[in-house]
Amino acid sequence: MTELLVGTRKGLFVLQGEPGSTFEVATRAFSGDVVEYAIRDPRTGRYFASVTSGFFGPRLMFADDPAGEWQHAATLAFPEGTEASLERIWVVRPGEADGLLYAGVDPAALFESRDGGLTWELNRGLWDQPTRPSWSPGNGGLCLHSIATWPGDPTKLAIGISAVGMWVTDDAGSTWRHGNVGLVPDYIPEDARKGTIDLCVHNVHRAPARPERLFMQFHGGVYRSDDSSETWQDIAPGLPSDFGFPIVGDPADPDSAYVIPMVGALDRVTIDGRVRVYETRDAGESWKERGDGLPQQDAYLTILRQAFGATGEGEAMELYFGATSGTVFGSGDAGSSWSTAAQHLAPVTSVRVT
Amino acid sequence: MVVVRLRAPLKDLAGGNHEVRLEGSSVNEVLRALEAEHPRTVGWVLDEQGSIRRHVNVYVNGERTREDAPLTADDVVYVLPSITGG
Repeated sequence: MTELLVGTRKGLFVLQGEPGSTFEVATRAFSGDVVEYAIRDPRTGRYFASVTSGFFGPRLMFADDPAGEWQHAATLAFPEGTEASLERIWVVRPGEADGLLYAGVDPAALFESRDGGLTWELNRGLWDQPTRPSWSPGNGGLCLHSIATWPGDPTKLAIGISAVGMWVTDDAGSTWRHGNVGLVPDYIPEDARKGTIDLCVHNVHRAPARPERLFMQFHGGVYRSDDSSETWQDIAPGLPSDFGFPIVGDPADPDSAYVIPMVGALDRVTIDGRVRVYETRDAGESWKERGDGLPQQDAYLTILRQAFGATGEGEAMELYFGATSGTVFGSGDAGSSWSTAAQHLAPVTSVRVT
Repeated sequence: MVVVRLRAPLKDLAGGNHEVRLEGSSVNEVLRALEAEHPRTVGWVLDEQGSIRRHVNVYVNGERTREDAPLTADDVVYVLPSITGG
């Protein structure tokens, strides 16, 4: 049985089912609040949910049983002296050392936990970047949404911020550098692009079998890096649009990536009323349409950056994505065929597979 | 002692008490005292910088006020989610 954690505008839905079947709602938590993101740390079995109350603000909650009592990780908050307040928690990611987790938040900052998510500390190396006063938010805020760990090496990390591009560390976050060469922000006038850091990264996936390789969905662009975010190559040719939000990959195949193209920045819906996932198995040289079983008529869906999750690998890899329409689609055969896993939920903000 | 009246979900976070009595000479001090006595309320009313959250309203003796308002003994403080939306 597969378990999905579906964050929505109206709570967390824990869905259970078999690939290719309709999933059942096993648990709903945080009813009425926005759940931006939820994961289960596979090392400990602990669940984390980023919850934002329209009244009472954002908080990171954790539990060993999503149907049980959740606890507040109250130290995930800006310390005195930063003059900042947490707006939203975009992502939580297990690190590459025992007990190590990361959280990316708005305003753009990285928090670290070394005790399995019970307590958290602000990464000062990134927070104290001298360019910070000039950082510009994207439409979703000034958000650190992508955290790409390096398998087996906790010192190496790449993060994506909207709209301040990619940042890379090789010393566990003590120092950071940009990793943006090759990214083209076509939303900035050509003569103003040189040296800009107003780079709207939408989502990043590191290929675990070849960790120096990353794939990126950009705000108008799909890119690949083969040198750990130092330089990026355009791999959008072959796609019907270079705009979209999420990007995932098959962990067994470092040449693989999946995207869900949308019309563009001014019309963030699936193209021509057809829902299609596109897959590459040659590192972006070519793309294959994967729409079998997905709505192909009058379907104008928006799939947000955290709303595409995967588990397993190879031909049996399971893929799931949710739309702001409240529908979740799933594939149990690496995207060859799709079915509706759930519908009539609230607008979906994130999908992760436990 | 200042009287602080709470509704759900703050009441639940304060151990089911819809009314608590706390020491403090300002709204901020009393709300910090609420957090100290009921740690599950930390971050719900005041943000990290000590500001009342945008969509939370605090009333003292029936008048809406902000965190730096002075309080005296027997003042009654209501903490309520604001009416937002359409």
